[in-house]
Amino acid sequence: MLTTLLRYFNLIVITLFILLLISFSLAFFFPGEPYTNLTGNILLEETVGPLAQAFREGNIFQQFWYYAKNLSMGDWGVSFSTALPLYDKIFQTLPATLELTFYAATLSLFIGIPCGMLAGFLHHKKTDYTFMSMSMVMVSFPVFWLALLLILIFSLQLNLLPMSGRLSLLYDIPETSGFVLIDIINSTVPYRYAAFYDAIQHLILPTIAVSFITTAVFLRTTRRAIVDVMATEYIKTAQTRGLPFYVIFSRHVLRNAMLSILPLFAIQISTLVTNVMIVETVFSWPGIGHWLIQAIYERDYPAIRIGMLLVSSIVVFFAMSLECISRLIDPSRGNKQYA
Amino acid sequence: MSFGQCSNNASYRYRSLVIGMLSLVSLLGVAACSQNNEKNSPTGHSSSISGVIYCSESNPGFFNPQIDTSSTTSDASAHQIYNRLLDFDAQTGRIIPGLATSWLVSKDGLTYTFQLRRNVAFHTTEYFQPTRNFNADDVIFSFQRWLDESHPYHHINGGLYPYFDSLNLAQTIKSVKRINGYRIEISLFQRDSSFLANLATDFAAILSAQYAQHLSILNKPSDIDFLPIGTGPYQFKEFRKDQFIRFTQHPQYWQQTERPQQLIFDITPSSSLRFAKLVTGECDTIAYPSQTEIEVMQANPKIIVQEAPGLNIGFWAFNTSKAPFKDPKVRRALALAIDKSTILDAIYFNSATRARSIIPPASWAFSADIPDLNYNPVKARQLLKEAGYSNGFNMNLFAMPVVRDYNPDARRMAELIRTYLAEISVTVDIQTSDWDKFRSDLSTGKHDSVLIGWSADNGDPDNFYRPLLTCAAIPSGTNRAMWCHPEFDATVNAAIATDDIDERKAFYQTANEIIAREIPLMPIAHAYRYSVHNDNIQGLTINPYGGIRFANVRESR
Repeated sequence: MLTTLLRYFNLIVITLFILLLISFSLAFFFPGEPYTNLTGNILLEETVGPLAQAFREGNIFQQFWYYAKNLSMGDWGVSFSTALPLYDKIFQTLPATLELTFYAATLSLFIGIPCGMLAGFLHHKKTDYTFMSMSMVMVSFPVFWLALLLILIFSLQLNLLPMSGRLSLLYDIPETSGFVLIDIINSTVPYRYAAFYDAIQHLILPTIAVSFITTAVFLRTTRRAIVDVMATEYIKTAQTRGLPFYVIFSRHVLRNAMLSILPLFAIQISTLVTNVMIVETVFSWPGIGHWLIQAIYERDYPAIRIGMLLVSSIVVFFAMSLECISRLIDPSRGNKQYA
Repeated sequence: MSFGQCSNNASYRYRSLVIGMLSLVSLLGVAACSQNNEKNSPTGHSSSISGVIYCSESNPGFFNPQIDTSSTTSDASAHQIYNRLLDFDAQTGRIIPGLATSWLVSKDGLTYTFQLRRNVAFHTTEYFQPTRNFNADDVIFSFQRWLDESHPYHHINGGLYPYFDSLNLAQTIKSVKRINGYRIEISLFQRDSSFLANLATDFAAILSAQYAQHLSILNKPSDIDFLPIGTGPYQFKEFRKDQFIRFTQHPQYWQQTERPQQLIFDITPSSSLRFAKLVTGECDTIAYPSQTEIEVMQANPKIIVQEAPGLNIGFWAFNTSKAPFKDPKVRRALALAIDKSTILDAIYFNSATRARSIIPPASWAFSADIPDLNYNPVKARQLLKEAGYSNGFNMNLFAMPVVRDYNPDARRMAELIRTYLAEISVTVDIQTSDWDKFRSDLSTGKHDSVLIGWSADNGDPDNFYRPLLTCAAIPSGTNRAMWCHPEFDATVNAAIATDDIDERKAFYQTANEIIAREIPLMPIAHAYRYSVHNDNIQGLTINPYGGIRFANVRESR
C-alpha cells in the first residue's frame, strides 16, 4: 500500500512539474516580454523582487526557480485587463466551477450507475437495448448545442428556468466559501429561502447539460463491467450454490465491477471539466471556464497561463487520486508491478 | 445470457429494487417540476426583496460623467448617482429645477444666480459618511474641478473634461462665486443662451466637496470617480467588471420615496443575450435593443416597447476642404443622385424620419419649409456637367464601423450609395477601420466623404449647429464636413447671443437655409429611439437628452 501511495505521489509531482514547466515556457511563446506575460507587470529598472532580478541578470533556471517560488507563495501575477491579483480572481471563480462539476458528477453517478447495472443484468434484453440506444444518442450530443437547446426549450419557450448566472442579482449574498448554496445557508439575510430556491433553479439546466454525456458514459462503462463480471466462473459458482441474488450482487458483482469502473471514471474527469467549461460559457456561469475564455478573447496572457495551469493541475490531481484509490482497493494489486 | 433458473428469480428481485430506485429518482424529478410550475417566471422576485435589473451593454469607464462622454458611463452614473443644478423635462425638453430651486439671469445675460435646494443629503455608504448636507461649496467644487487647471482635483483621473472642452465652456465662464451657503453666482465673458441647457446635461453632475476633502486626507483622490458619492436616487454599492453594478436605494433622496430597494446593472455585451434575458425575465429592461428584434419584442405581450423620435441626425458629410467637394454644385449633384427613401427602408427598417436639415422635427428650431432634395439622377448628371465633371470622378467614402442610433449599419448604407453614384459615373471606394483609427483619420481629413451622425446632449438646438458645422468645430473634431462658412458662423453665434426664442428661431431658419443652399452635408435620417422593458416595471421613459433615468422606475408586482 505504501509503495502504491508513493508511486502515485511521485507521478503527481512529476506531472505537476511538467505542467509548471509548460506554463513557464508559455510566457516565452506568447508575444511580448516574458516577464510581463508571467506577472502582468512591466519589467523596469526599479522593479523589485527576486523574479525581476532574475529576469534582469539571471539565467533561465533562476527565472524558473523564482517563478515556481512566487506561485507557491500565492503571488500569481496580475491580470492585464483589470490589473488585479489573479490569485484572488481565481479563488472567486474556482468554487463556482467546482460546485457545478460536483453536482453534475453526482447526478451522473446516481443515474448512470444504477441504469448501467440494470442494463448489465438485463443484458441483451429490451431494457438493455433501450438504455444502450439512449446512451448512444446522449453521447453523440455536442455539449454546447445541448446547452443551447435546453435554454431554447426551458428558458425561452416554456419560461420555466433562468438561463444565465448562478443566482439572480437581486439576492446580495455575502461570499464566504464561494459555493453559492453553502453561502446562502450560512448567510443571515431575510430572503435566504427565496435565494436558495432561486439558486437551485439556476443550477438545474447547467447541471443537466454537463451530466448528460457523463451519465451516458457511466452507464455504458457500468454495463460493460457488470456483463463481464456476470460471465465469470465465480458468479456462476455462486449462482449454482443457490446464494440469494442480493448476496451475489453485494459481495461479488458490485465489488468486482467497481474495480474495473473506477479507473475509467478517472479518465472521465477531464471530459467532465472540459464540458463544465463549455457549459459555463453558454450559461454565463461565473466560473473559471467563463473567465478563461474571456481572458483568451482579451489576450490576457498572465490569466491564460495561470488558468491553464490550475485547471490542468486540478484534473491531474483528481484523476490520479481516483486511480490511486482504485488501485488501493484492488486486492490483485500485488500482481501488477507498474502504475 | 447464462442465468440459471434461480438467478432468474434473483434478477426479478433485483429488478424490483432498481425499478424502485428509478421511480424514486423520477418522483424527485416530478416534484422538482411541480415546484417549478408553482411560479410562472423563474426569477419571479420574492416579496422580501425588490429591485430593478437593467442589462447594460458594457463596463463604465468611471462613475463620473464629467470626465467621460461615453454613454455607458452616463447611463451608469449621471441620473442614478448624481443630480445636476438643472434638469430637462423628459416630455417637453424644458429646463426644470434640479438642485437649484430657482435661478436669475441678469439683463445683459452675463450673470446667473442660482438659489440652491436645502436639506439635500449625500449618500451615506461604507466608504464615506457625510456630516453635512448639500450646499454652495459642493457646486463650487464640482465646477472648479473642470474650470480651474490648478484645482487639486483637476488632473485626477486624466484631467480631460471632453464635453466642456468641446464647447469651450471653461473659457466662457469668468467666475463661480459663493454668495451665501445656498446661493451661487456664475458670470460669463459673453452671452450664451445655451448655457443653462449645458448645465442640465448629464455631464454637469454635482459632486461632494466634503468627500473630496476626505479623500485628500486619505491620500486616495482618484477614488472620487470610482467610489462615487452624490445626491441621486441610488447609491453605489459594488461594481464587478464584466459582471454587474449594484446600487442601493438612497433612503434620504430629496425627491420622492417609493423606489425599489436595489438597482442592478447586469453587464451583458451580447445584444441577442440581452434580448433572451429580457424574454426569460432575468432583465427588467435592456440597453440598445437591436432594430431587427424590435418586431419580435412587440409581438411578446409581456414586453413593452416604447418608441420616440430621437434627437439625432445621421448624415453624409462631404469634405469641403478638398476638390471637387469645394464646389456646392458637385455636392448638390451627389446629394441628388441618392434615393433617401430606399436608404430609410433598407437601413433603418422605417424606424426613422427622413431628414431635411440637421435639426430634428422634435426641436423648436425645426422649420418645415426647408426644401428637401428628391432623387433626381438626370439633374445630378447635368449639375456635374456644369461643374466640369461630365466624366465623373473617383472618391472615397468612410463608413462608420460601429452601430449608433442614428446609423445602424453604415457599411450597407455605403454600398447603396456606391450603387447610386455609379449611375452618375462617380466611382466610390468604401473605407472602414477600427473606431479609434477611423476617428483619427477623420480628424486629419483623409476622407472625401463620411457617413456619420450626431446625438444631442441637450434640448437646445445650438447643440446641433455649433458642434457640427462652425469653423471652430474643425479643430475640435466634430465638424466632419470641414466646412467653414462665415455667414453661417455669424448666424449661429448671433442665435446664442439672445434669449428671445422667436429671434433665435429666425436665426436658425436662416442657418437651415444656408445649409440647404450650400449642402456641406446631406442629411439622411433622424432615427427613432427604442426602450423596451418587461411589464413588471413602470415609469421608465426614454430620455431624449442622454443617459437612462431610473429615478421614477417602480416595480408593479
